Amino acid sequence: MKMMKLAALALAGAVASGPAVAELVIPDLSYRTGPYAAGGIPFSDGYQDYFALLNARDGGIGGVPVRVVECETGYNTEKGVECYESTKGEGALVYQPLSTGITYQLIPKAMTDGIPLHTMGYGRTSAANGKVFEWVFNYPANYWNAASVAVNYLLDENGGDLSGKKLALVYHNSAYGKEPIRTLEELAKKHGYELSLLAVDHPGQEQKSQWLQIRRERPDYVIMWGWGVMNQVAIQEAANINFPMENFIGTWWSGAEHDVTPAGMAANGYKALNMNRINPDMPVFDEIRTHVHEAGNAAGDGSNVGSVLYTRGMYAAMLAAEAIRIAQEKHGVADITPAMMRDGMEALAMTDARMAELGAPGIGPEFSVSCENHGGSGMGIVQQWNAADGKWVALTDYIMSDASVIDPLIEEDSMAFAAEAGVEMRCN
Amino acid sequence: MPTEILYGVEVALNGLMAGVLYALVALGFVLIFKASGIFNYSQGVMALFAALTLVGIMEGQVPFAHLINAIFGTKIHHFGWEVPALLAIALTTIVMVVFAWLVQRFIFRHLVGQEPIILFMATIGLAYFLEGVGDLMWGSDIKTLDVGLPQGASFWIEENTAFLGGEDFYGFFIDKLDVVAAVVAAVLVAGLVIFSQYTKQGRAMRAVADDHQAALSVGISLSFIWVLVWSLAGFVALVAGIMWGAKSGVQFSLSLIALKALPVLMLGGFTSIPGAIVGGLIIGVGEKLFEFLIGPMVGGATENWFAYVLALIFLVFRPQGLFGEKIIERV
Repeated sequence: MKMMKLAALALAGAVASGPAVAELVIPDLSYRTGPYAAGGIPFSDGYQDYFALLNARDGGIGGVPVRVVECETGYNTEKGVECYESTKGEGALVYQPLSTGITYQLIPKAMTDGIPLHTMGYGRTSAANGKVFEWVFNYPANYWNAASVAVNYLLDENGGDLSGKKLALVYHNSAYGKEPIRTLEELAKKHGYELSLLAVDHPGQEQKSQWLQIRRERPDYVIMWGWGVMNQVAIQEAANINFPMENFIGTWWSGAEHDVTPAGMAANGYKALNMNRINPDMPVFDEIRTHVHEAGNAAGDGSNVGSVLYTRGMYAAMLAAEAIRIAQEKHGVADITPAMMRDGMEALAMTDARMAELGAPGIGPEFSVSCENHGGSGMGIVQQWNAADGKWVALTDYIMSDASVIDPLIEEDSMAFAAEAGVEMRCN
Repeated sequence: MPTEILYGVEVALNGLMAGVLYALVALGFVLIFKASGIFNYSQGVMALFAALTLVGIMEGQVPFAHLINAIFGTKIHHFGWEVPALLAIALTTIVMVVFAWLVQRFIFRHLVGQEPIILFMATIGLAYFLEGVGDLMWGSDIKTLDVGLPQGASFWIEENTAFLGGEDFYGFFIDKLDVVAAVVAAVLVAGLVIFSQYTKQGRAMRAVADDHQAALSVGISLSFIWVLVWSLAGFVALVAGIMWGAKSGVQFSLSLIALKALPVLMLGGFTSIPGAIVGGLIIGVGEKLFEFLIGPMVGGATENWFAYVLALIFLVFRPQGLFGEKIIERV
């Protein structure tokens, strides 16, 4: 009798709970508070709104809804690791840490847990070597590509010759800010320009010394590797010393609208790299407005749509969604695991036709990922701020980076990591 | 004159100007510490909050709009009007006075007689609370602050000093905003000194600073004085927020300017208004000259740590700071 009761209870429980509902879990390690919130908010809004669009319009991906789990990091490495630990158990498919510091902490964890990281245009540059970094991807381009794209652009501006020119790098005095130094030094040897390095301490509110030095030394070009308040102050200081804005180029984390607007008209002509194109008229934005914002499901207040960092966040979500779709097709399973997600990321191929189909024609360069190459095409564009119209204007098409310089650096750094971490080579 | 020396002078001049900006932040700390013995950790956040409120009022932004929209499903953001800068500054000052009253009424009135460390902890809590309220009230986006202050190089100074050097000397660079900040700081200090020396409230404030118990015994209201002092510190925070916000836009990293004030306080003393100014100038000139002379040899970015080293050196020889009151404890 007792057994009968237990069996009945178990049956009732099973009926009540029903089958487990399949879902694709995507953590969003965002930062909506603190000193870097102005950059974190639009990226996160774009990232979340795209998945919300897929849920509302298509019922998810391959019929499985996406559940975005947002966790506030405050751009703080410790909090970022906490977010990872607290969300990985929910079946997280891929992490977008949105911080180089957090990325460095998560790489060994992701390798152990078997969960992919997508560090889009940031993080550990040598993770582009898929033979060493099985679980880390940094397509479509990395920091070293960015440095090389900037130099290639300047070469183009100077008829292919930079010899005798003076370049100054104003950089955030952190692991992130120091990333391009080696590449720029190698490129200096190759192209004969003179490189001077000017470090700015966190947060970068006070940069008078650096800009007085620039005023004294009169470099031909200034390249900036900044983030947060450092960008706004640098642009204002450059304007104060009358440095020609068209000779001032920021990396892609120094080229959002909020970086230039505080300086007003003085920021006119400032240039920045971008790993993707911005075009507020892309059909995908209309779809987001219709299916997500008008339905009251926007991640933010809806004011960021089409901005530089909103577009980048949405592009990151688009790349993740495409990898999920490919993983589903590859494995014949809709409810995929993190390992299948990794396979999908490794088989990702973004073509112009596919981007147009997704409502985002030309949003990124065409690229494909492979077992060996987790870094994508390594291309970037140069855009320029038009202060009168209050918008960024693309000056170039996608520019190639110098693989002959970057690839050996990636090989060297990734092999050092492999030796240190005891990683076995793959893709044989 | 050799160009290097001229550029050294330029760096020193700019260090003096930067020092004035550091001193503006340090002043708020000194006012509160002097009157109540509280080291106000939230002074930097007060500067941020004041600047956010100023921009919000100027732009006619609806406070707590995100919260209101989230609860009621509305889409309100702005009232549709703009407020002139001077009126907005006056209104923000009133907000800071109300804030001072709230701080006194709901926090420090309940902590009278507590250990200084408890009061310090309370200000840490206040800092994070205020940062959160600022975020909720005005949003996290970077705001452009334009109260009509001039910015950029003074061409007049540049052109009229270029003759001092050769072809590779371009004249002294002085930012017009820094000159304005120096004038404002001078007026502020003069005003504070006149207020504390020649007004009834000022004398009461000094009496409280000297001895709480004695001040109470002659009928001075401790609550009123604390509200007054926090209001003054709020106004100083507003001035600092305007000067720093004009350089970088008003954003949450503005609260970190407090880090620049700490070495100034260590050097100038926690209880001296002239100490804050002189400390600021020494730190400003010291860190800029060190960066100019030694920075290139050690990879640069020396200013943050060198300011603290400089303050520590002073601390070893004068623990009370240059102008602080000498600590004498009789047993």
